[in-house]
Amino acid sequence: MAFKHKHLLGIQTLGPSDITTVLDTAESFCNISTREIKKVPILRGKIIINLFFEPSTRTLSSFELAAKRLSADIISLNKQSSSVIKGESLKDTIKNLEAMNPDSLIIRHSAAGVPYFATTFCQSHIINAGDGAHEHPTQALLDALTIRQKKKSFKNLKVLIVGDILHSRVARSNIFLLKKMGARVVLVGPPSLLPAEFKKFGVEIDYDFDRAIKKADVIMMLRIQLERQKKNYFPSIREYRNLYGLTEKRFRRAKKNAIIMHPGPINRGVEISADMADSAKSVILKQVENGIATRMAVLYLLLGGKEREAIN
Amino acid sequence: MKLLIKNGRVIDPSSRTDESLDLLLDKGRIVDIKTKIKTDGAKVIDASRLVIAPGFIDMHVHLRDPGQEDKETIATGSLAAAKGGFTSIACMPNTHPVNDNRGVTEYILSEANKKAVVNIFPVASITKGQKGKELTDMADLIDAGAIAFSDDGHPVENSDTMRRALEYAKILNTLIIDHCEDKNLSGQGVMNEGYYSYLYGLRGIPGSSEEIMVARDVILAEKAEARIHIAHLSVKGAVDIVKEAKKKRIKVTAEVTPHHLFLNDSCIETYNTNLKMNPPLRSKEDTQALIKGIQEGVVDVLATDHAPHTPDEKDVEFDQAPFGINGLETAVSLFLDRLVDKKIISLKRFIEMISTSPALILELENKGKICIGADADLTLLDLHKEIIIDVDTFKSKSRNNPFQGWKLKGMPVITIVGGKIAYSSSSIKSK
Repeated sequence: MAFKHKHLLGIQTLGPSDITTVLDTAESFCNISTREIKKVPILRGKIIINLFFEPSTRTLSSFELAAKRLSADIISLNKQSSSVIKGESLKDTIKNLEAMNPDSLIIRHSAAGVPYFATTFCQSHIINAGDGAHEHPTQALLDALTIRQKKKSFKNLKVLIVGDILHSRVARSNIFLLKKMGARVVLVGPPSLLPAEFKKFGVEIDYDFDRAIKKADVIMMLRIQLERQKKNYFPSIREYRNLYGLTEKRFRRAKKNAIIMHPGPINRGVEISADMADSAKSVILKQVENGIATRMAVLYLLLGGKEREAIN
Repeated sequence: MKLLIKNGRVIDPSSRTDESLDLLLDKGRIVDIKTKIKTDGAKVIDASRLVIAPGFIDMHVHLRDPGQEDKETIATGSLAAAKGGFTSIACMPNTHPVNDNRGVTEYILSEANKKAVVNIFPVASITKGQKGKELTDMADLIDAGAIAFSDDGHPVENSDTMRRALEYAKILNTLIIDHCEDKNLSGQGVMNEGYYSYLYGLRGIPGSSEEIMVARDVILAEKAEARIHIAHLSVKGAVDIVKEAKKKRIKVTAEVTPHHLFLNDSCIETYNTNLKMNPPLRSKEDTQALIKGIQEGVVDVLATDHAPHTPDEKDVEFDQAPFGINGLETAVSLFLDRLVDKKIISLKRFIEMISTSPALILELENKGKICIGADADLTLLDLHKEIIIDVDTFKSKSRNNPFQGWKLKGMPVITIVGGKIAYSSSSIKSK
């Protein structure tokens, strides 16, 4: 098992074997969450800071629980409780936190490139928890874990990613990961949210959801931000739902054993109908559950090196 | 004191001169040009192995003074210009306050008179406060010393206002310079829209935002029979529009910057904020079209768009960083290495684009040429000297330059303004 990275900034910099290592490690952590005592002492004495400049429910709590299950000490800061609000520069804020000698900083920020920026002046392990429209690597990894559990292999799977591709870091990280693992990726959405240049990522593009969904194995729906309508990315919610919403009628065109995914938070009745979100084909909550094991794996692989060597 | 420059290779595109000549300078003018000049009491510069060109003119500089003296001042900006080989620079009006009235123009010229080592030509704004609403008193500003008009980074959005500005420019025989950008299309963009903006997850500025305004401007200039100068061309489509307009004999000229020629949008991989400017670095195809535009004569002028910012302002997340990069002290070496040494254009064509043409466009009668009676503004080049760009050697207050560490062949070594040495590199000795 080799995972020779100091930081996790994105999927782009990982190779297929790195991804497999994370998924295998995550798999081995999955059962800890179901034990009576949900804690192992692997990262005892490690200090982790969650630094979230954007709102988050899932990712923030998932990283916190993952750290706690590995016995690390973790604190979480959000934009409101940080001095950025008082006009401190981002670099100064991060450098001040670094001065407290954490082992890792987990950063979410609305600007692409912030985790990379942090690595240029930080010593600790930087983990990207979502940077602008760039990457969200742990989301793609937990999605991959979920897909692998259901489909066994990525080879030649037809995976649809549907919705606001342009603004989605989840879409990008998933595209990179799925391509590296040999899946066939089809992007679906209106041209305003899915520019044709995305073809250069090695994916297929289809503006017709009904056509694209035929024989799909995995359908990954993306949240549509309602405020996008104000900038005319789409004419109305109604129009968007009619063209790109996942409904039972549409889903029938996919493979019988197709699964429905969504990184959350979902807009019920907009990009996905309520019955689809709650259906037996939906693995949306399984994704959330897998998030903890995946993040445990990432923390362990980045921070647990010394203990690992000692054990070996 | 007289200055005698001996044995240099004099290249003057306006008179098609390219030969070894001596030049005698006195009282701010070129007073003699001959194969061998003998004179007493003159300071002598031995320019053997050096090229002597008419002083370089940068039509597009931000001096930040008044108002943002932490970024640059007229004094430091002029030193940077002299070191970079420029004898004259035109400074954009986006100061605080905006150069939209006689008072600011006079302040700039008075500061320049006291502190600058190169000629400073203020560009005044087209509209008051660069707000795009009311025209400035253009005749009064010209009288105070304004050389041209531009709203720079806040281009006049209202086509009717631009039309009126061009009509006034016509009767005043002045020049309108436009930073062509449809702000609705560029929105909150921070880099060129395309594959790389999608890859890096940064908001895009489409090339169409520039093309549309260039097209509008040439249409309006044609109707008004006025002169329009397109600042920092960056996209292929805009080059095509200028080319077509020139065929129709519309009075349009255009400039291009080193960064739009030698860098492209793929470079932003590491989110280096010194690669953030407006217009943004475009695609490789665009840079190729700009090169072709230079070779075909569609692009008239090389300019820097020198836009200094403090290190702290640039040491932030890419989205937050201000647009603009420092350029005065790297441009000439970049052009000499990447255009001349690589034989993209001839040395003569390069000098034409950085001296002769800007002088003609700005109607600086005694500049941009080497002849008896012309202003004694000269740029001396060493075509063989290799340099490694080091921002810590800059005379400019700012360091926001993306060419740090580049190894280049050719550099300006002596800059002479009004018959006096404004800058001389340490490797050159004079008697």
